[in-house]
Amino acid sequence: MKTILVPVKMVLDSNARPRVRTDESGIDLSGMRMAINPFCEIAVEEALRLKEAGLAEEVVVVSIGPVKAQDTLRQALAMGADRATLIQTDETVEPLAVAKLLRAVVGEEQPDLVILGKQAIDDDCNQTGQMLAALLGWPQATFASAVRFVDGRLLVTREIDAGLQTLSLPLPAVVTSDLRLNEPRHCALPNIMKARKKPLKIGTPADYGVEIDRRLKILAVRPPAGRKPGIRVATASELVGDLRAAGLV
Amino acid sequence: MTTLLIADHDNRVLSDATARALSALGAIDDAVHVLVAGHQAGPVAAQAAKLQGVGRVLLADDEAFAHGLAEPVAALVLSLAGGYRVIAAPATSGGKDVLPRVAALLDVMQVSDVVRVVSPDTFERPIYAGNAVAVVQSTDEKTLLTIRTSAFSAAGVGDAAAPVEAVGVPEGDWRARFAGETLSSSDRPDLASARIVVSGGRALGSAEKFQEVLGPLAQRLHAAIGASRAAVDAGYAANDLQVGQTGKVVAPDLYIALGISGAIQHLAGMKDSKVIVAINKDEDAPIFQVADYGIVGDLFEIVPELEKALG
Ligand SMILES: Cc1cc2nc3c(=O)[nH]c(=O)nc-3n(C[C@H](O)[C@H](O)[C@H](O)COP(=O)(O)OP(=O)(O)OC[C@H]3O[C@@H](n4cnc5c(N)ncnc54)[C@H](O)[C@@H]3O)c2cc1C
Ligand SMILES: Nc1ncnc2c1ncn2[C@@H]1O[C@H](COP(=O)(O)O)[C@@H](O)[C@H]1O
Repeated sequence: MKTILVPVKMVLDSNARPRVRTDESGIDLSGMRMAINPFCEIAVEEALRLKEAGLAEEVVVVSIGPVKAQDTLRQALAMGADRATLIQTDETVEPLAVAKLLRAVVGEEQPDLVILGKQAIDDDCNQTGQMLAALLGWPQATFASAVRFVDGRLLVTREIDAGLQTLSLPLPAVVTSDLRLNEPRHCALPNIMKARKKPLKIGTPADYGVEIDRRLKILAVRPPAGRKPGIRVATASELVGDLRAAGLV
Repeated sequence: MTTLLIADHDNRVLSDATARALSALGAIDDAVHVLVAGHQAGPVAAQAAKLQGVGRVLLADDEAFAHGLAEPVAALVLSLAGGYRVIAAPATSGGKDVLPRVAALLDVMQVSDVVRVVSPDTFERPIYAGNAVAVVQSTDEKTLLTIRTSAFSAAGVGDAAAPVEAVGVPEGDWRARFAGETLSSSDRPDLASARIVVSGGRALGSAEKFQEVLGPLAQRLHAAIGASRAAVDAGYAANDLQVGQTGKVVAPDLYIALGISGAIQHLAGMKDSKVIVAINKDEDAPIFQVADYGIVGDLFEIVPELEKALG
C-alpha cells in the first residue's frame, strides 16, 4: 500500500459530562475539554502499525471541523502520522456531507485504504465509513477488531451481534475500527515537538466543491428522562423479597 | 405511505429485533413491507409474514445474501428503493452495516438509533452516549432509519399471513468475501431480548470467576448474561456480551449489575431497563445513581446469598 487515509474527528472528551443548553438548542461546548474521538485514535494506531510493518508508505490524517481541530490533527501527527489536512468550518457537518468531503480527499490523495472510527461519540451516528464506501463504490469492513494484510488482500475480523465474522477484501477498501482493534500508543514529548513541524494543510468545504447543507433539522436537544431515586437494601434476602413483591423473580 | 423494513435473521430464524423495529414503524405505516435477503431463507419469510403490521414480504433468495454482506444487500435495497418513502432496519450490527450504504447512494442523511417516532418525518434519538436526546426532522425526500430495538416491544404474531413475493437479485461484482465466522454459542437467552439480564464487570477478576459467579445466577433467573467493556477487554466475557454505548443496548424488566462501576458508556446501554439492581462494594459508585435497588458489599459474598434467597 502507498497511502492510508484516516479521518479523525474532534469530540467532547469522553470523560466530560455534556451540558444540555436550557433553551434546548444543543450541547454547550464552550470551555469544555475536546479530544480525538476514541475510535479515530484506534484507527490512527492501526494505520501506523500497518506502516511500521512495512505494509504502507505513509499515513495521512484529515479532519473536518473548526480551527481548533488542528489540535486533534497534531495529536495524530504526534502519534506518527505523516501529513494532515483540516477542512475548516464552524458549521455542524453531518455524516453524509463528511462522506462527500472525504470522497473528494480520496480523489486527491488516492489512498489504498481508508480507516475510520466506527462511530463518533458525540453524534453516535455510526454512518460515515459506510457512506464513504458507498460513494466510492468500495468494499467495506465495519466494526473491525483485527486487520491483517495477506497476499494483497485485507482479512478483517468484525465484531457482530452474534460473535465474530471475518471478511476478505481487495484494495482499495474502507475499514471502520471497533474498540478492541488495538490499544493506541501514548505520545512521547519529543514526538509532540516533532509533530509541530509536520505538514498541516488547511482548506474549506468549498475548495473541495462540496455543499455541506444539513438534511436533519434539530428541533430540540433535551436531557434524558431521569430515573426515580432508588433505595439501599441491606441483605440479599431483603432484595429478593422486594423483587418478588414486584413480580420480577 | 409505503415503508420497507430490512429483516434481521440468520437464514433460519427471524430475529426479535425485526419484530421490535416493526412495532416502531407501526406509527407510520400499518402494512409495512419486510425484505428478507438471505440464502434458503424461506422459513424466515414465512415467520415475517405472520407478524402483525406486515403488508407484504419480499424474499430475495440468493447465495450472495447468505452472510448479509453490505455490498449485495445495499444494492438489493437500492433496486427496490423507488417504491418506498421510508426504509428502515433494526440497529443491529447488520442494519448498521448496510443502511448507511443505501442512504449515501440515495443521497439521504440517515437517522440512526431511533427511540421514538414523533411523526413520519420526526424522531427522537440519543446522542452523547444517551446524555441527551435529540428531536430530529428529516428533510430528505426519503426517510432512512435504524431503530433502537430496546426502545420498542415486539410486534405480535397474527392469524393471517401476508403474501410472500420473490424479488429479483441485482447483478454485481461484490468484492468483500465472507472468510469465516466464530459465533458464540450459548444456552442462555438472547441478550437483546431477555426479560432479565445479569451483567458482570471488572470486579469478577477472571473468565473462570465470571462464569462461576454469573452462570448459576443467570441459570436460576433464566437470564441473559452481559458484561462491561472492562470485563470484555480483559477476556472474562465474549465481545458480543458487551453492554453500552458501543456494545448492545438492552432494556430488560430487570438488570442486575455486579461489580460494574457505572461509567456513562455502560449506562448508555442499560439505563432504560425497568428495574436496575446494583451490587458494588464502593458506595459512591455511579451505578447506584441509576439503581432502583442497591447493595453495598462484596459481590462474591452477596451473590451466593442471593441464590440461596431465591431458593
Ligand atoms: C469510546 C468508549 C466507549 C466505551 N463503550 C463502553 C461500552 O459500550 N460498555 C461499557 O461497559 N463500557 C464502555 N466503555 C468503558 C467505560 O468507560 C468503563 O471503563 C467501563 O464500563 C468500566 O467497566 P467496569 O465497571 O467493569 O470496571 P471498573 O470501572 O473498574 O469498575 C469495577 C467496579 O467493581 C467494583 N468492585 C470491585 N470489587 C468488587 C467486589 N468484590 N464486589 C463488588 N464490587 C466490586 C468497584 O467498586 C468498581 O466500581 C467505553 C469507553 C470509551 C472511552
Ligand atoms: N468531522 C469529521 N472529520 C473527520 N472525520 C470524521 C468526521 N465525522 C466523522 N468522521 C469519521 O467517521 C467516523 C464515524 O463517525 P459517525 O458516522 O459520525 O459516527 C469517525 O470515527 C471518523 O473517523
